[in-house]
Amino acid sequence: MDAQVPRDGKLPPLWHYGHEGHDEISTKTLGFWLYMISDSLIFGGLFAAYGVLDQPMSFAGGPGPAQIMHPVAAFGQTLAVLTSVLAYSLGTLAMKTNNKAGVLLGIVGAMVLAVIFLGLEFNDFAVLYAHGATLQRSGFLAAFFILIATHGLHMMFGLLWMAVMLVQVGRYGLSKEIVMRLLNLRLFWQFQASVWVCVYIYVYLRGTFS
Amino acid sequence: MLVDLQGPWSPLFGRLTLASIPYSNPIIIFAFVFTALAGLAVVVPVLYYRKVGYIFREWLTSVDHKKIGVMYIILGLVMMFRGFVDGMMIRTQQVMADGPHSPGVMEAQHGYLPPSHFDQIYSSHGTLMILFAVTPILTGLGNIIVPLQIGARDMAFPTMNAISLWLTAVGAMLIMASLFIGDFSDAGWVGLTPLTELPYSPSVGVDYWMWAIQISSIGTTLNAINIITTIVGMRAPGMRWDRLPIFTWTTLSTNIIGLTAFPILGVALALLGADRYLGTHFYTAGLGGNLMLYTDLFWIWGHPEVYFLVLPSFGILSEVIATFSEKPLFGYITMVAATFAIAGISWAVWLHHFFTMGAGPWVNTFFSVATMLVGIPTGVKVFNWMFTMYRGRITYTTPMLWSVAALILLLVGGLTGVMLANPAIDYTVHNSVFVIAHFHCMVLLIAFTIFAAVIYWYPKVFGYKLDERNGTWFFATFTAGTAITFTAMFGLGFMGETRRLDYLYDPSWQPLLIVEELGIFVYVLSCYFFCRMFYVSIRDRNLNRCGADPWGTSRTLEWMTHSPVPFYNFAVTPHVNARDELAFRRSVGADETPPDHYEAIHMPKNTMIPVLIGVLAFGFGFGMVWRIWWMAGLSLLGIIALVIFRSFVHDHGYLLSGEDIARMEGKASQMSIMSETQDEMAMAEGVH
Repeated sequence: MDAQVPRDGKLPPLWHYGHEGHDEISTKTLGFWLYMISDSLIFGGLFAAYGVLDQPMSFAGGPGPAQIMHPVAAFGQTLAVLTSVLAYSLGTLAMKTNNKAGVLLGIVGAMVLAVIFLGLEFNDFAVLYAHGATLQRSGFLAAFFILIATHGLHMMFGLLWMAVMLVQVGRYGLSKEIVMRLLNLRLFWQFQASVWVCVYIYVYLRGTFS
Repeated sequence: MLVDLQGPWSPLFGRLTLASIPYSNPIIIFAFVFTALAGLAVVVPVLYYRKVGYIFREWLTSVDHKKIGVMYIILGLVMMFRGFVDGMMIRTQQVMADGPHSPGVMEAQHGYLPPSHFDQIYSSHGTLMILFAVTPILTGLGNIIVPLQIGARDMAFPTMNAISLWLTAVGAMLIMASLFIGDFSDAGWVGLTPLTELPYSPSVGVDYWMWAIQISSIGTTLNAINIITTIVGMRAPGMRWDRLPIFTWTTLSTNIIGLTAFPILGVALALLGADRYLGTHFYTAGLGGNLMLYTDLFWIWGHPEVYFLVLPSFGILSEVIATFSEKPLFGYITMVAATFAIAGISWAVWLHHFFTMGAGPWVNTFFSVATMLVGIPTGVKVFNWMFTMYRGRITYTTPMLWSVAALILLLVGGLTGVMLANPAIDYTVHNSVFVIAHFHCMVLLIAFTIFAAVIYWYPKVFGYKLDERNGTWFFATFTAGTAITFTAMFGLGFMGETRRLDYLYDPSWQPLLIVEELGIFVYVLSCYFFCRMFYVSIRDRNLNRCGADPWGTSRTLEWMTHSPVPFYNFAVTPHVNARDELAFRRSVGADETPPDHYEAIHMPKNTMIPVLIGVLAFGFGFGMVWRIWWMAGLSLLGIIALVIFRSFVHDHGYLLSGEDIARMEGKASQMSIMSETQDEMAMAEGVH
């Protein structure tokens, strides 16, 4: 496995001249994937906490999942977040034809749908609070609210990122750097939708039919 | 306010009042005076020699991985000293407070520390040693050595690297602040729930502990992302996976653990934070809380964290032992396999930290077997090191002394660990100081390899060797202190002494407690020799200047560039042809063959943003601890604004021309990590 000196005594190359040849975009994309792994571990921990606290002892006499979940309401949120990803992806498709307006339109569409998602979620929380199902009521409700709100915070962060990208696409056009950021944002956005799918199945559907 | 604070609160200062400053406690006054004098000893010379600009330009705003690594290690050593003082105070309290007739001084009934103060001291001892001493030092070593070992110019994300450093420093500063403003957690370094809940720990102590760990562990996660990306994406041509040096392999595996484990700690602490700030019931004793949830989440991080610390130590052992045995490392492939086996198993053993907390026989059996499995790859490693030494030409330099002693500690700590992995034994000795002695053997093994690494790589970074004579004394006293203190502690464990006692009820423990205290005195001697080692080495630095390979028998890539390493690392990127590239080049007589010409190098520019983020993160942490909402909120907004601002700055660094490199290579032996690189940057061709 180790290099041997050739019989003719000629040495292998010792130095590599010129550019190192590291691809900056693939390096940054790998870094972003690694960040997504750590983020998915955060959700993993929260799902585990929810799994532990989703049982009668932790309801503490308060409402359980069957009382607070509504699969149809959450289905509206699911539709909103999935179409938001669709809008964003259509926007990134427009990058292929260097269509700046198409990219901007896709981002704006994704933002509008994300705002609808957050509005539905806020409304859902407001209804629960009105019925006395608050964050402080029981261990189960704490796990429910914190899990959903952490996802909501990620969505808000995505919205902020999209707003910044709107300005940057407008200002710098579709340069290499900007395209890389847009693609990483798409990864982030699709990941949030995937997390929501897990939330919908594990929290809402499982809760309603438990 | 969502929670009942049991005390005053004002919008401007939060919970902070003048009464929060413990100026009536003589121990804290002494600590404050000592810290202030130490701080002045640093600040006054900087002001006197007008070096503020230099410190700011060359260090605080630096993105150079070597300088960041050096700052990490200095931070870790300072915190290790404070952790040692805590340990000294714990030992002294216990030796004074043994038996009903033991005297009490100051406010204490027995010994000199009242219980709440004693509890804070062992909590900060554990927190500091694990998270703010050993972790930053190993991170710093990885920062300095890994890019050099793989032939990279810098880390993959130099600015993020500096952000990681400053977030870690903020955590350490919060703990230092807790010494003088308010108090620290008295719930142990693991944060025993529900004791950490607001009704039972109403002061800011737990908040300090929680936010210090939370902020610094974000730094550690970012650093893990950075190192993994660097190793995967920035290797020099020819540096195939099967040629990667073992230290780089272990750093890779350790950071995979760091990347996946620290977010879990983040969740565990964030849920505790929700309980304390929002009034939720995750870990409370009532209303549906579940304290086992915390225990599990904490140790799902906590056990991988142990291997997060020990794996780089194994990497250091592999490098040092191969170098000073003048042989290639025995069993390279098994070493890599054993590293990843340990990293993998580390995820399946966390429950052995609480065998006695009612998990049931089958669960205990699973985790017991998994824990014992760790012994197999670790045994493979020990035999590999022994076979590397076998029939080698061993030179007992100080790094080698530390390494051999570390192997013996690994044996003692490892065998007692296998004992503890058996639940039947664990039921007898759990929570006794036998467990404490066991894990101190393991963590001291890490400390031993840290000292080996610092002495081994010091000439690479600073250009001169450390004094071997004082280094040997440092080694001898530190090892003697370890042996005396912890042998006695194993005995006390068998005699039934439980951990965390501020008062000991059994006078028959007195003799062994005195032996432990003697061990601490020997440790104090070792501190003297440690300082003297640096003092003599720095004083005589011009007599001990060294070339690229100060040890003469080094094997890996980092020893091919100058000592001290120039800020651009390698003038020309090396082409790697063998696993031990330098040993290969030496064997074919090419180890001194320089490149025939130099080409321009692209370098990142220094930036203020990381240190500003650090300042704001401190504001956020301090604001959250004292519930000064405006301060925390503005700091958080400031951090977000800085990150957005940075994304608009198109800073592509600068280009160092081939002629400049040739000129600097000519005088490389006079350059040092301490000298100004700004002049060189000004001469560079400017931003492109």
